[in-house]
Amino acid sequence: MNRFHSCRQQALQKWDSQILHSDIPVIYLGTASCGIAAGALDVLESIQQTAAELGRTVRIVQVGCIGPCYLEPIMDIAMPGSPRVSYTNVTVQKAKKILKSCLVNNDLAPQMATGHFGDESFSVKTGIPRFFDLPMLKPQIRVILKNCGYIDPEDGDHYLANDGYLGFLKVLEEGPAYALAALKEAGLRGRGGAGFPTFKKWELCRDARGEQKYVVCNADEGDPGAFMNRALIESDPHAVLEGLLIAGFVVGASQGIIYARAEYPLAVKRLRKAIAQLRDYGLLGDKICGSGFSFDILIKEGAGAFVCGEETALIASLEGRRGMPRPRPPFPSEKGYNGCPTLINNTETLGTVPAIMRSGGEWYQQFGVTGNHGTKTFSLVGKVRNTGLIEVPLGTPLRQIVEEIGGGTELAFKAVQTGGPLGGCLGPSQLDTPITYEAMRDQGSIMGSGGLIVMDESTCIVDMARYFIGFALRESCGNCTPCRIGTRVLSDRLEKIIRGEGEPDDLEMMHKAADTMVKTSLCGLGQAASNPVTSSLNYFQSEYEAHIHDRYCASGVCKGLFQYIILPESCNGCTLCAKVCPANAIQGKLKELHTLDVNLCTQCHACVEVCAKRAIVAVPVPASQDHLQMSEVLS
Amino acid sequence: MAKSITPDLEEDLVDFTSFSHRPNQLIPILQHFQSQKGYISQAAVNQIAEMLGISEAQVYGVASFYTQFRFEKPGDHLVRVCMGTACHVQGGEILSEEIQKIIGIRPGEISQDRKFELHEVACLGCCAQAPVVEIDGKIHGKVTRKKLNQILEGL
Repeated sequence: MNRFHSCRQQALQKWDSQILHSDIPVIYLGTASCGIAAGALDVLESIQQTAAELGRTVRIVQVGCIGPCYLEPIMDIAMPGSPRVSYTNVTVQKAKKILKSCLVNNDLAPQMATGHFGDESFSVKTGIPRFFDLPMLKPQIRVILKNCGYIDPEDGDHYLANDGYLGFLKVLEEGPAYALAALKEAGLRGRGGAGFPTFKKWELCRDARGEQKYVVCNADEGDPGAFMNRALIESDPHAVLEGLLIAGFVVGASQGIIYARAEYPLAVKRLRKAIAQLRDYGLLGDKICGSGFSFDILIKEGAGAFVCGEETALIASLEGRRGMPRPRPPFPSEKGYNGCPTLINNTETLGTVPAIMRSGGEWYQQFGVTGNHGTKTFSLVGKVRNTGLIEVPLGTPLRQIVEEIGGGTELAFKAVQTGGPLGGCLGPSQLDTPITYEAMRDQGSIMGSGGLIVMDESTCIVDMARYFIGFALRESCGNCTPCRIGTRVLSDRLEKIIRGEGEPDDLEMMHKAADTMVKTSLCGLGQAASNPVTSSLNYFQSEYEAHIHDRYCASGVCKGLFQYIILPESCNGCTLCAKVCPANAIQGKLKELHTLDVNLCTQCHACVEVCAKRAIVAVPVPASQDHLQMSEVLS
Repeated sequence: MAKSITPDLEEDLVDFTSFSHRPNQLIPILQHFQSQKGYISQAAVNQIAEMLGISEAQVYGVASFYTQFRFEKPGDHLVRVCMGTACHVQGGEILSEEIQKIIGIRPGEISQDRKFELHEVACLGCCAQAPVVEIDGKIHGKVTRKKLNQILEGL
């Protein structure tokens, strides 16, 4: 215990002298995967170089993801005595300019700043708004993401200095009963998407008989279009470790396992580092803090299989086998890894636990709505203006997320896919649905782990359904027939419709196949794989019918089911489209109306991408004489 | 039945001392082998099967189940196009077609000069920067045709 307290004291001092009251400028840079993808590492080099050129000593702190990924790379500067000021979409040149202004002229360059972390008076003084008052951030509540983008994820001291591991110590002092009561009062439900009450899962595993027990953190975030777990681990790995530690203590496990996704190398690297720090703090190993509790954590890297997010498949994979689900019961809480009682929680669930233990169940319960308490993170992506990682109280209407937090769409909104590839596409009439486990299910979707993919009218719903079912088809483990054959049937029919060969009875057949899959598949993958198809059939039937009866894809996605034309009233004759056309299908002189030859057009979409006037649009292919005669003969 | 160990495998055996030789270690062992040699060779399958006391079919069965494992020598530059939902919505498929046009191979193939290898992957988790392409481990976000050409030309 003494060791931990002396580490904590040191960490607090360090945080105070190096961050809160630093006597040299502190520069924060978001270098989670999303920041890196936007070019943060080039910016980092530029910061180091510029500071050296200017002969100024600065402290560079690499932080995780603060949320608004569309603003990445995000660089913050805290001059001594001033709060952090954020500069966004920073390029190498922009970073140089800002640094020169701040470091040499002591001018924060408010015209280039996006927000600051100080109080209102600083806004008055500088004219810079508060960062967390930005439209995307204001409606959010940060419980899980509290430290993300705020601390250096590779420096455990930063976590310690921000109430790190106090939740664990409280549980260690008060005992498992306190933890279970707090979880129950908090109303925390599984954030992997199933929504099973967390306290119940813990209780079942705690009550299960067995000498050896395991706790597993499911970090196999396989949903395409979702990155909440990656961002959390990359930005605040200790929160997840603390949750795992608490879970281990409460259920009586001596071994924690983190099953991490292979595609997330940075997350794995940060976890390894954090585990080593944990050991240094005396919070891992034999008889932790002088108690009778011994615990260790190991990382198992997944090898790439979506179905391994299902808990029995995950266990099979941990045991070195093909990741195929098995029927339950027995549930893992009774018979899991190596046949021992095993608690499996999602990364976000575990990441939420420390805050609940620190502040109590009552505190957590205040967020959200009855039966759906607390906050949930979502990856808000697709066609919204403000993309990124968000955290909102459960019960928040989809509309607020899409329109207010996401800033709406450029073209008309069409649908939002919730719950990942096994979720559903909800249309404009469902936008007022509050995000709760039950409401999502009632609308034919699922909560899932938290991917929210927004689509506008340039997205074809039939193509999306084909995309999702194609994913399920590839990821189906093949163990049970309904899923193996059902995904094939759905995929074949959708491919056929997209090729323009759809027939009216295809829709009926798809409904039938989907129904069989829901009723008879072995695991959640097969039971839910048809959700994207059925939900889109329910809400966008006319779009399917247009594909089948009119051979028309209004979104201009399904090749051959539309043709491009140039709208004379919109074309300003800028020649951009003509320049990018690889087929030479567009002709036109500067400032004159351009023409498009449909016979040469390969529908590669390049012209649509460059046209700022949106003058190139998809229209139905005129029915040819032959075609008309043929349909007369057939009818 | 003791089989002779090919010389290049002896090195890997030394590295395997940190693993317990139990079948439940199969996946980490395969991962370790691939990180050392770049792919799972036939010799690797034989070797691992013998080491763990399981059949070669079992080793191959597990290895082929997971997308991470590959059975062919990698190309010089590994191009992975993200096919995640966000990337799909933002034109990931179009991007993949464009890459195929530029480097002249289809997903899953290696170019004849072994310079490029192309894969379509489920999701790289950088959805807010969609569409995303990963080249030799470096992730590029908001990739346009122009940006793509610049990156590929630089290789």
